Amino acid sequence: MLSDAFPAALGLIAALESSLVEIVVLSLAVSLSAVLIATLLGLPLGAALAVGRFPGRHALIVLLNALMGLPPVVVGLVVYLMLSRAGPLGELGLLFTPPAMVIAQTVLIVPIIAALCRQAVEDAWQEYEEQLRSLGARGIGAALTVLWDIRFSLLTAVLAGLGRASAEVGAVMIVGGNIDGVTRVMTTTIALETSKGDLPLALGLGIVLIGIVLALNAAAFLVKEAAQRRYG
Amino acid sequence: MILPLRLEAVAFRDIIQPLSLEIEAGTSTIILGANGAGKSVLMRLMHGLLAPTQGRIVWNADHPGLRQAMVFQRPVMLRRSALANVVYALKIARVENAARLALDALKEVGLAHLAHRPARVLSGGEQQRLALARAWALHPEVLFLDEPTASLDPSATREVETIIRAFDASGTKIVMATHNLGQARRLGDEVLFIHQGRLVERAPVDRFFRQPASAEAAAFIKGELPWV
Repeated sequence: MLSDAFPAALGLIAALESSLVEIVVLSLAVSLSAVLIATLLGLPLGAALAVGRFPGRHALIVLLNALMGLPPVVVGLVVYLMLSRAGPLGELGLLFTPPAMVIAQTVLIVPIIAALCRQAVEDAWQEYEEQLRSLGARGIGAALTVLWDIRFSLLTAVLAGLGRASAEVGAVMIVGGNIDGVTRVMTTTIALETSKGDLPLALGLGIVLIGIVLALNAAAFLVKEAAQRRYG
Repeated sequence: MILPLRLEAVAFRDIIQPLSLEIEAGTSTIILGANGAGKSVLMRLMHGLLAPTQGRIVWNADHPGLRQAMVFQRPVMLRRSALANVVYALKIARVENAARLALDALKEVGLAHLAHRPARVLSGGEQQRLALARAWALHPEVLFLDEPTASLDPSATREVETIIRAFDASGTKIVMATHNLGQARRLGDEVLFIHQGRLVERAPVDRFFRQPASAEAAAFIKGELPWV
């Protein structure tokens, strides 16, 4: 079966078959939007948890670390309940649209980005804090100095979020509904086509998905390497 | 003038037992003691990084902040050029002409040729000289040094000591913690000997080494021989 499906899959990719391209573009648009929003929320949250000292901080850190392993289907279900007609956000009419998928993926990866950011900032803060205080840097200024100094480590946190977002099926399946031409992304299509027996399309999308994830990680690796050489 | 600095019955947890002393301008002061004696904590209390759990620390000025600086055992450099690290410190202090002053400070420690190198790829000795330049750029009245050569090889140690001597000669008050007796003799005018969080003895360097007044100091000097 693989021997038939594989050449056919490569053929679809080579021909830039329009249904395939459409699905890939939507997938990237949804996941990149989710990563952008999750980064804007997750980095400040992680940095605040790393540097701040307030009651409940430890509980929050444990919670955040636990949420890193949040099952996508559960996120999908919760977002579904929020967005469904009877739900608190039902009036927005977002269910089964790409924005709903962005929301679900954002919820899924904010904990990942925030938790990884917290770890990176906390390690750096331990190293820098005394020196920065000695130089007279305080508060937000000192925090921004540290964030800027470890920006390449933070990139890794963001990419971990992107990897998770682009690879998950459960959340987008539930809140997007896998509607052809509207909310169908790579992972949901792979699940559907495999069960229907259309293996070339499923396999072709699988290859593209792995290629994208590989390319992203290679890029991140190269950026970090270059930064290491350049800044130490 | 932010000196003299007065410590009034200052204690920190059980690390520093209540001690009172006055640090005056002019002479360079060596805080001497074994590892764990409380030297670093005492310096951090004076510099203001730690607040005493008892007693008071009183400078002869309301805001001694940037008139005093500190160099740590392990320099912490930001991921930017050597020059940019010094400029960063000057900018925090809102100094004008930061770039020019920073370059002057690098010249002072013999690092001008490495100004545009990333600070973190410099050798340990170069990084410590950079830390000295960064602390020195503001021409502080008092410079605290916490075992600045503890992790350096002999030649880097010599270079750092030469720089410290130059700072001393230019009128900056040097307060340096060390457990290195040779260094204490080379750089110090007076010794504060700390043992188990207590100030055991304070004496001019010559007298301290020739004729320690306390049994603890005598034992420490004997145990640390030969000189390094």
